[in-house]
Amino acid sequence: MSTAHSTTADSAIDTSHDHEAEECPHFGQATGGKIAMWMFIAQDGMSFGGLLLAYGILRITSADWPIPAEILGIHLTAIATFLLICSSLSMVMAVDGAKQQNKAKTVRWLLVTILGGFSFLGIQAYEYTHLVGEGITFTTSTWKGQPINNLFGSTFYAVTGFHGLHVTAGVIYLLCIFKGAMAGKYTQGGISYSHVELVGLFWHFVDLVWILVFTLIYLL
Amino acid sequence: MSGDHIHAEPTSFWKKHVFSVDHKVIAKQFMWFGLLWLLIGGLMAMMIRWQLANPGMPVPLLGNLLFSRTDGVIDPATYNMLFTMHGTIMIFLGLTPILIGAFGNWCIPLMIGARDMIFPLLNMLSFWTVVLGGLVGLYSMFVPLGATEAGWTGYPTLSTTVGTQGSGETLWALAVFLIGLSSIMGGINYITTIIRLRAPGMGWMDMPLTIWGMLFTAVLNVLFLPVIGSAMLLLIMDRVFGTTFFVPASIMSGASGGDPILYQHLFWIFGHPEVYILILPAWGLVSDLLSFFARKPAFGYKVTVGAMFAVTLLSAVVYGHHMFTTGLSAMLGESFMLLTMIISVPGEILFFNWLHTIWRGSLRLTSAMLFSMGVIFVFGLGGLTGLYLATISTDIFLHDTYFVVGHFHLTMAASSLFGAFAAIYFFFPKMFGRMMSERLGKIHFWTTIIPLTVVFCTMFISGYGGMPRRYYDHTSASYLAPLQHLNVITTTAAFILGAAQLIFAWNFVRSRWWGAKAPDNPWEVGTLDWTTPTPVPHYNFKEIPVVHTGPHEFSHPKLGDRDWISQTDKLPA
Repeated sequence: MSTAHSTTADSAIDTSHDHEAEECPHFGQATGGKIAMWMFIAQDGMSFGGLLLAYGILRITSADWPIPAEILGIHLTAIATFLLICSSLSMVMAVDGAKQQNKAKTVRWLLVTILGGFSFLGIQAYEYTHLVGEGITFTTSTWKGQPINNLFGSTFYAVTGFHGLHVTAGVIYLLCIFKGAMAGKYTQGGISYSHVELVGLFWHFVDLVWILVFTLIYLL
Repeated sequence: MSGDHIHAEPTSFWKKHVFSVDHKVIAKQFMWFGLLWLLIGGLMAMMIRWQLANPGMPVPLLGNLLFSRTDGVIDPATYNMLFTMHGTIMIFLGLTPILIGAFGNWCIPLMIGARDMIFPLLNMLSFWTVVLGGLVGLYSMFVPLGATEAGWTGYPTLSTTVGTQGSGETLWALAVFLIGLSSIMGGINYITTIIRLRAPGMGWMDMPLTIWGMLFTAVLNVLFLPVIGSAMLLLIMDRVFGTTFFVPASIMSGASGGDPILYQHLFWIFGHPEVYILILPAWGLVSDLLSFFARKPAFGYKVTVGAMFAVTLLSAVVYGHHMFTTGLSAMLGESFMLLTMIISVPGEILFFNWLHTIWRGSLRLTSAMLFSMGVIFVFGLGGLTGLYLATISTDIFLHDTYFVVGHFHLTMAASSLFGAFAAIYFFFPKMFGRMMSERLGKIHFWTTIIPLTVVFCTMFISGYGGMPRRYYDHTSASYLAPLQHLNVITTTAAFILGAAQLIFAWNFVRSRWWGAKAPDNPWEVGTLDWTTPTPVPHYNFKEIPVVHTGPHEFSHPKLGDRDWISQTDKLPA
């Protein structure tokens, strides 16, 4: 096919049915991005499922699992959990702002969400350095000079580290959306808010998983 | 977001043929990639068979080239590497890219009336991730101590540093992780595309069954590959950082240890759905092709969809039948046995529907049709023998014998491969604009199905006789020596089977460049992909088609002398 021919053919393509029709009853309301994000969340949930299953089996089948709260401490992580849940709330406000086409509100609440993510990561970094200093490392675990089940440290870092990577990815994702929100890309009406909604979906998922992780690893 | 999937036709060579985001180009890339790996994996199978029939004899032709250190003899370690990499390559780098990568990419947009996948860039990324995974897998064969010897299932403690010291196993785990990542990306793309981009008028029950097969496969990919992803991550951590997730305390010096059986759970949670990941696209394709070439509507379309859905659901809850001999609790074992047996119900429904589709049809015995019927035959053999493995009492006897090897090769390997061959013969004219030789195709079919049946049915006999799998040399055990002649029969048939694939390779390459030019709709079928001109233009459809009829409206009484109707046409009143 010659270039000239293909150009004319291309310009003649009818694209009237080819976009993601916003109101088309045949397709329903969910955008492709939203469906894909839910699929991504489903697969990510299964990844966490695999790790948490491994954690559960290893812990249940071992006779000498220490009491997590004694070693890990609850208070600092409870504050981090609270911050993360608050950042979910601010995320809701940001999506709300984008839907109302309110750029200032969107940008403000996105910033709050990002700060929540950063403070969570900061607390996690502090916690890791503290625990390594106490003798809990990825491969070996000692507590008050006594060796304890190495898998305690291994599973702790594997699961919380995997979650920490998700928070990190979420913060980077939020920063990208923040940049777009500053430029007013998501407050133009129609479905332009959907990018903020998508990052919100991911962020809520990361928070939800943390509540599971916090319960299973720290509290129980 | 809006209109992301429409993109201008690229002009530069690199963007057009290499880093293309066009689903048709990506489909062909997946196809060549998969065929290349099938060739490598197939050669490995030939070498395995050579060793089993002629233990300790130098491999002819390739031996001195590949195993020069041992004068062409396959030593035990190399033998372990061969069967490990044969399994990994055939499943992850051969069949998956062809069935799901190539035909998923080719069929989904064209059959549902879309211009491309909904996320073309993600699609390209999916292909290059599998290439990266393939390269890591290839590299793993050339590191010191060679490729992994732990079997394609990679069970600890063999797969931990206790069993395999070289970095081959670590790279293997990384390769599986990367290939899984690619499949997840593909799966998300397929599902979203099928939900969002169906042409106007194409309801769920107007989709070709191929699309249903791809959809269910994509769902299983998205849900279960992450589980093996976590298992691989934990395995890599055990090997690289020295954690002990899968290393039991008993083989370590006093330290607390992990649980090797845990890996088996994680592996088979993924591993059993993987069987259906490979077979569902073939089932979908075959359900369509049988109808197309019997010139009859697919019998019980909705029931077929329902049966495939039931298989998808059930595939997630039967994985324990791989672990009957690991000391699984009796109650759990019986539950898994019952659930596994239940899978044969939707399986039987599919067989019933397929046989009724071709029953009293005007069969056109093209190569594609022959291979489609071949799927029914080989899956029938594999499925029936599966009952013995699902039953705990017989499984304990047959576990880890050649009976299992014969069974899974017939179900997931041969059936998927036959599905892939049927799809290649069927879609080749549209993909490459040329016809494949039907004569060579039919010779290929008969020279494939006969030796293939001999290969795997002989394995049932030797397995029933107690021949264990993965042994280097069966003649070394006196109780197995009387069965050695079965190994010779299997190997002879396997070599004929291997040689027959050269006919296919020649047919493929010859037709690709020198075949007869293909008309737009050589098979006279009504699905949307065959309404496009050949070769398919960059934008697929000049106008997005409007669908009026189902995909299998053959021999409708209202049609008069023509026996088919395009999905874009209305049936006469």
